[in-house]
Amino acid sequence: MKEYKILGEKDTRSGFAEGLLEAGRENENVVALCADLTPSVRMDLFAKEFPERFFQTGIAESNMVSIASGMALSGKIAFVGSFAAFSTGRVYDQIRQSVAYSDCNVKIAGSHAGITLGEDGATHQILEDIGLMRMMPNMVVINPCDFNQTKQATLAAARYKGPVYLRYGRPKVPVFMPEDMPFEIGKAITLNEGKDVSLFATGHLVWQALEACKLLEAEGISAEVINIHTIKPLDETAVLESVKKTGCAVSCEEHMYNGGLGDAVAQLLVRNYPAPMEFVGIDDQFGQSGKPMQLMQHYHLMAEDIVIAAKKAIKRK
Amino acid sequence: MKSTKELQDIATQVRRDVLRMVNSCQSGHPGGSLGCADLFTALYFNTMNVSPDNFTREGKGEDMFFLSIGHIAPVWYSTLARRGYFPVKELATLRQLGSRLQGHPSYSSKLPGVRAASGSLGQGMSVAIGAALAKKLNGDSNLVYSLHGDGEIEEGQIWEAAMFAGANGVDNLVSIIDNNGVQIDGRCKDVCGVVNLKEKFLSFGWDVLECDGNDMQALLDTLKECKQHAHKGKPVMLVMKTKMGKGVDFMEDNNGWHGKAPNDEQTQNALSQLKETLGDY
Repeated sequence: MKEYKILGEKDTRSGFAEGLLEAGRENENVVALCADLTPSVRMDLFAKEFPERFFQTGIAESNMVSIASGMALSGKIAFVGSFAAFSTGRVYDQIRQSVAYSDCNVKIAGSHAGITLGEDGATHQILEDIGLMRMMPNMVVINPCDFNQTKQATLAAARYKGPVYLRYGRPKVPVFMPEDMPFEIGKAITLNEGKDVSLFATGHLVWQALEACKLLEAEGISAEVINIHTIKPLDETAVLESVKKTGCAVSCEEHMYNGGLGDAVAQLLVRNYPAPMEFVGIDDQFGQSGKPMQLMQHYHLMAEDIVIAAKKAIKRK
Repeated sequence: MKSTKELQDIATQVRRDVLRMVNSCQSGHPGGSLGCADLFTALYFNTMNVSPDNFTREGKGEDMFFLSIGHIAPVWYSTLARRGYFPVKELATLRQLGSRLQGHPSYSSKLPGVRAASGSLGQGMSVAIGAALAKKLNGDSNLVYSLHGDGEIEEGQIWEAAMFAGANGVDNLVSIIDNNGVQIDGRCKDVCGVVNLKEKFLSFGWDVLECDGNDMQALLDTLKECKQHAHKGKPVMLVMKTKMGKGVDFMEDNNGWHGKAPNDEQTQNALSQLKETLGDY
C-alpha cells in the first residue's frame, strides 16, 4: 500500500484556528462568535488579530447562533464556535429556523466532537451531531481527519456560500495529509487503492483505517481506503465506484451508527448497489469518562476493530 | 408624508386584509395581527427608511425589520403588499400550496420584505442584533427594528439577547413588545408572570419607552422618540400596549382569537366594523 508518513501530532482544533485566521485575512467579511470557550475551540488567534470582528456572546449558544444568522443575512460570513455538543444539539432549533431554513451563510464549528473529548464524559461527548446536521436541508457536513485537512476545510467552508457544519476534535492525532492539499467540499479522497474491501472513513478514524489497511495487507487482503471528509453532500460516485470494484464496504467513524457516515453510505448502497457492509462506530449508547485512546479501544474504534469488520464484510460477499 | 388620518385608513384596510386572508384559508392568527395593524402601518409608512422597489436581503443603507412572532405574518404580509413590496392580489394566496405567503414567514419562499424565517419563538431579537452589529461593522447608521410578543418573552433566548444587547450597547436596535397581555393559554401574567416589562428591560441596560399601540398619533410620536434615543449607547425597547383583535368587537381582548380563523358569518360581521378604505384585494 501507499506509505503515509506521520508529519507530527497535532489537534484538529488547531487546524481550525489557523484556517479561521487565514480566512479572516482573506476576507474582511469573516466574523467569529464564541460562547465563552474561545481558547478551547481555538478562536483565540482570530480574536486576537481581529478584535473588531470577534463577538463574545457569553454562555448563550442560542443567542450566538441567531446573532450569526442576522450578521450572515447582512452579508457577513459568520463562524460560531462551541463544543460540538453545544453548537449542534443544544441549538438545533436555532440552526434549523435561523440558519438552515433561512439559508444563512453561517459556519457552525463543533470542537471536541466525539468520544475523544475524553475525561469530561458523556454530557460533552456528542456522538449524534453528524446525524443531527445531516438531516438538516441546506446543511453541508464536514469532518476532516487531521490538522492540515482541518485548516484547508475551514478555508473552504469560508469560501462556500451557505450553512456548513465543521466538526473537529480535541486530542493530538497524526498529521498525514499534505499541508497544501486544497479542500474540495463533497469530493472524497482515495488514500489507497484496493480490490477486496472499501474502507470509508471520516475524521479521526481515517488514520485508523490506514493502519487497518496495513494490517490487512499483511494478511494478503487488499483494502481501498477513502477519506470521506464531507459527509453531506456525500461523494456518491466515489462510494459506488469503489464498492462496485471491491464488492463490500466498512464505514469508520467516531459517531453513532444512527445518522452517521455509515447510514449515509448504507442508504446509497441499498438504493443503487446492494452489497455487504459493516459499521465501525458506536451503537446507540452514550460515552463515558476516560483517556481518549482508552475510549477508542473501549468502544472498538481502533484499526484492529476495522480489520475485524473488514474480514466480516468480505466473508459475507 | 402621510397624515395621521391617512395612516389610520391604511391600518383599517390592513385589518380587512387580515380578516379576509385568514377567513379564506380558514387558518392563521387574526388576534395579534389585528392588534399590531397600527404599528405595522406606522413603521412601514412613516417611521422606517425602506426601499420597497429595491428590496435586498442585506438591507444596506436602509432600516431593517424582523418579525420575531412569525404567527402574525398576515398583518406583515398585508402591510408589505400595501407598501408596494409585492402585488396586493397575492394576499389571496396565504397558506396555499406553492405560495410565497407561507403560514409563518420564510426566506426560502423569497417574498420581498422577508429576510429570515420566524415562527419558532424567541429567536428574532438575536437575529436583529446580528443585523445591527453588521450595520455597525459596515458603517451604516440606519436602524434595525424587531417585534416581539409579551408571551414570547417567556422564551429564555429573549433574555440572552437582552443581556447581550445591553452589555454591548447595541444602540442601533429598536425592539418592540406587543403587550396585549394574552397568550394561547390565558393571561400572560397568569401563565408565567409576564409583568413589569419596563423594569425588566431597564435592569438589562435598555432605554425603555411605552405607548398605546392602538393610538396612531401616540405611536408615531413614540416611534419618533425611539429614533432619537438610538445611537446613544443603549438598545431601545418600546413596550406597546395593544388589544388583541383590535377593531373587531367580538375579538377584542379575547385570547380565543389568537390562532383561530373566523367563519364566513363572523368575517362578514367583522368586516362590517371596518371600512374599506383602499379597496379590497
